Amino acid sequence: MSTRMVEVRAKVLKQNDLLARALRERFTREGTCVVGLVSSPGSGKTAFLEKLLSGLARDSRVAALVGDLATENDAARLRRATPNVRQITTGTVCHLDAQMVEKALESWRLDRIDFLFIENVGNLVCPSSYDLGEELRFVLLSATEGEDKPLKYPTIFNSSDVAVITKMDLAEAAEFDLAAARRNIESVRPGMQVLEVSAKTGAGMQAAFDLLHAQLARARHSQVAATL
Amino acid sequence: MHELSIAISMIDQISEESESRGGLEVEVVHLKLGIFSGVDKQALLFAYELACEGSPLQGSRLVIESIPLVIYCDACQKDRVPPSVYQLSCPECGTPGQKIVTGREIEVASLEVVA
Repeated sequence: MSTRMVEVRAKVLKQNDLLARALRERFTREGTCVVGLVSSPGSGKTAFLEKLLSGLARDSRVAALVGDLATENDAARLRRATPNVRQITTGTVCHLDAQMVEKALESWRLDRIDFLFIENVGNLVCPSSYDLGEELRFVLLSATEGEDKPLKYPTIFNSSDVAVITKMDLAEAAEFDLAAARRNIESVRPGMQVLEVSAKTGAGMQAAFDLLHAQLARARHSQVAATL
Repeated sequence: MHELSIAISMIDQISEESESRGGLEVEVVHLKLGIFSGVDKQALLFAYELACEGSPLQGSRLVIESIPLVIYCDACQKDRVPPSVYQLSCPECGTPGQKIVTGREIEVASLEVVA
């Protein structure tokens, strides 16, 4: 039986990319600053996010989507900071995709939200392939995980915009080599901005707030530009 | 392990492509997979076979071409292959590379179909 070749040249995640682009345009139109959070399980995403939400809520309108395989525990925890929290339970899926985000946003008035955070499933591999339409992606690395995480998971670090080193209050006890961690981040994502925080003590959180406010100002600028 | 999700997306896409061309009998699928795509080649081959069962692509074969990581060096003004996936710098002059040229692809390149 003879065969012939058919050229296709199609991106496998085209559907996700198209949906993510539509979401990004919607976020720009509504003036919402959208930030994704990725990390391994247990690196302190939820504690960091809780601090972000409660800090930002003082003068801004905040909301969060939080992804997990199962349970509503994280959403319940984050609701201490804001009622605007929705859990996305993925079942067996190890990452969020743009469709899950779109569905979870249903009936939310984005024009009444300044900051929307999307906490991904704890996983340093799979989320790197899926654009969620966020403007900024934070990758978290805790001081207790060891400084070579960026070298082991270069793809996710490279596809993120800001690295956040969490649990800095435990750095000394864990003999965390901060200089090496910074070197490793720079090696896989040259020029990447790095924040050092402790959600427990609050150290370093101000830098995160400042960065987010600057990002919101940019989002508002793009919103105006988009309506012209 | 998101390779199963990737395989399912692939099969959906190829099935659509096949339908739009009046129904193709696909024997081989050629995929370009960047080594910096976050997708594991072996896991994807395994997942593809599973995902094909009961689909129009059942019995087809997946052939994966690995695409190397290439960065653009601003100093040399040339495309360069970095020393490793965890050291994104120019192998000639050492300048850190912020622009990725290839290595992220997950792309169906072509199909071998029954003529």
